[in-house]
Amino acid sequence: MKLEGRYIEVPGFMDLHAHLREPGFEESETLATGAHAALHGGFTTVCAMPNTDPAIDTPALVKEIYSRAPGWAEGARVWPVASITRGRKGTELADLVELAEAGAVAFSDDGNPVDDAHLFRSALEYARSAGRVVIEHPQDLSLSARGVMHEGSVSARLGLPGMPAAAEEIAVARDIALAKMTGARLHLTHLSTAGSIDLVRRAKADGIPVTCDVTPHHLAMTDEWVAGSRAFAWEVPDEALRGVPYDSSTKVNPPLRAHTDVRALWAGLVDRTVDAIATDHAPHASTKKDVEFDQAAFGISGLETAVPLVLGGVRAGWAPLATVIAALTTGPARVLGIELPEGDRLTIDTEVEWVVTPEAFFSLGKNTPLMGRSLIGRVDTAGIGLTKRQGGLRVAEAISGR
Amino acid sequence: MKWNRRHVLDTDDWSRDEIETVLDQTRAMIEILQRPIRRAPPLRGRTVILFFAESSTRTRVSFELAAKALSADVTNITASGSSVDKGESLYDTVRTLQALGGDVVVMRHASSGAPYFVAERTDAAVINAGDGWHAHPTQGLLDAYTLRDALGDLEEKRIVIVGDVLHSRVARSDINTLLPLGARITLSGPPTLIPTAWRCGQLPHSVTYESDLDLALDGADAVIALRLQRERQASGLLPSLREYSRVWGLTAERVARMRSGAPVMHPGPMNEGIEIDPAVAHGTRSLIEAQVTNGVAVRMALLYLLAGAGTATPVEERA
Repeated sequence: MKLEGRYIEVPGFMDLHAHLREPGFEESETLATGAHAALHGGFTTVCAMPNTDPAIDTPALVKEIYSRAPGWAEGARVWPVASITRGRKGTELADLVELAEAGAVAFSDDGNPVDDAHLFRSALEYARSAGRVVIEHPQDLSLSARGVMHEGSVSARLGLPGMPAAAEEIAVARDIALAKMTGARLHLTHLSTAGSIDLVRRAKADGIPVTCDVTPHHLAMTDEWVAGSRAFAWEVPDEALRGVPYDSSTKVNPPLRAHTDVRALWAGLVDRTVDAIATDHAPHASTKKDVEFDQAAFGISGLETAVPLVLGGVRAGWAPLATVIAALTTGPARVLGIELPEGDRLTIDTEVEWVVTPEAFFSLGKNTPLMGRSLIGRVDTAGIGLTKRQGGLRVAEAISGR
Repeated sequence: MKWNRRHVLDTDDWSRDEIETVLDQTRAMIEILQRPIRRAPPLRGRTVILFFAESSTRTRVSFELAAKALSADVTNITASGSSVDKGESLYDTVRTLQALGGDVVVMRHASSGAPYFVAERTDAAVINAGDGWHAHPTQGLLDAYTLRDALGDLEEKRIVIVGDVLHSRVARSDINTLLPLGARITLSGPPTLIPTAWRCGQLPHSVTYESDLDLALDGADAVIALRLQRERQASGLLPSLREYSRVWGLTAERVARMRSGAPVMHPGPMNEGIEIDPAVAHGTRSLIEAQVTNGVAVRMALLYLLAGAGTATPVEERA
């Protein structure tokens, strides 16, 4: 590790939460393009969420992900997350023990919270005996189902149905209660509200085996972005940078929250309430986004902008660099209960300024509110398993040779 | 003042000068509408496309009359309300609009923000004729015109808006148009139908919330009742229409709490007997018919400013 100077050297990052869309939605992303985008963004390991078609709910499908994933020269290593319930329908448990044996690194019905508390309890018990963590997307659908953005003064102004913070916090509280009861490892993903962070902080103080992650976009952007702001949470709003309101690239679930929530996420990182930064990379074909705001798909393509976003917060003094690097490396490894793979190395240029363009992304998903914006900081070189290979993959060359 | 706006999507960032420019222009249009032949030439050769993706006979007809009174060619596009359900995407429609080459697109759409989507992707001037819960700028402007006509200067006048503010583009546009003119606004209605952030103190400046309609109306200078959608009851936001009517309906007794002669307005269509008593709707204080007439003039004013001003001679000189 070298954290001083313009070029920093750090272990390869691990992303607990990315949507690589294959099988089923290859117009949005494939395992190959997703793994390539991950490496481009500094993630040498990426956990692929199972909301594919079909959902990854059988051992054969888990093995299929491993066999389809590109080799380590072409991109990040891909670790499949299997679904908690069959078809992610929330009614019957998938064969969790066999899925773990086949190589599923965790279980999640991400996108669909497991609504039935009894079933979720069973999932926690089973995952525990399978030696895997359950990654839950906490959301009370009866409160949030019609919402398309954070409920607050901005949604009131824009006339858009809101998703209240309470919809997330109710689910976080339920899930923590079940983790306490079962003693099973629970991981809450993409927490976005100050109240959620408080609940996890208290649960950890009580010794409950819960961990959580936050996304780079929730660390950097507020609900004002839906109204057209393009100022990061740590910046003074700049009218010249304003975008168009109702840009569907700002539509994401959980939604971009209020400024106080963003501050609370950083505070959680600093006091280690937050264990990991995960991208929730959600690429979409343009046909899913180039529609009315309320009709658009949720999600931001995030693998390739994570580094400059989190470095922005570090530069603003909102968290030490070492804390953020830990949340991208040892933090997620600990969440999964494994060692960080040895030999993955990154060099990051913390000062280079670059502009987000469709061509700058390896991901097929160009859906980001950062499009056209200038960012500071980028992965310069990334190498996987240096012990096995001479030299890392030169990312800059890979771009020019595309 | 010089008119610089290309589109009318929302009045939330309009200055008092801009609003007054429209209101002054509206007065000139009223004069045209009072002539034996209600037609002036400034938009001759211009095409106005009415794109209503959500049904609305009143607003569409009002725009159509406005465009024709200024001698524009008017054409209608009807499209499905929801791109996903009905197969035709808004993007497709925008490309069609662009190819048709209209000068002004007047659009109504069920999705908040849809006019921004269209304005970004077409060369035509876009007028928002109502988008989702977001904005209905011509309604806000015609309400401002009607109120000024009745009350004079709106500085420090207190206007009550009662009803389903949460789902109301009319309420939002009334707030955005009346505040720059110096009015103060009191919102009233069931707590479930007022945005939570607004009830919890994050209200725009000069706007207050008073759940008790009687208190809200005491000494007020005017009241605007909003239409109550019957489906609010089914979605768990209201116990019953009967209770709503008793607690938040505008009755003659309630209207009498306002300053003497204070007017009553409603954007229409009304649910008489629910949000407004028939005796009030058709009583001497009602300006509801004036709103309809003024609506045509406001729309003429905007069409003129967007498509005629700068390139055409002023309306007074050519008429």
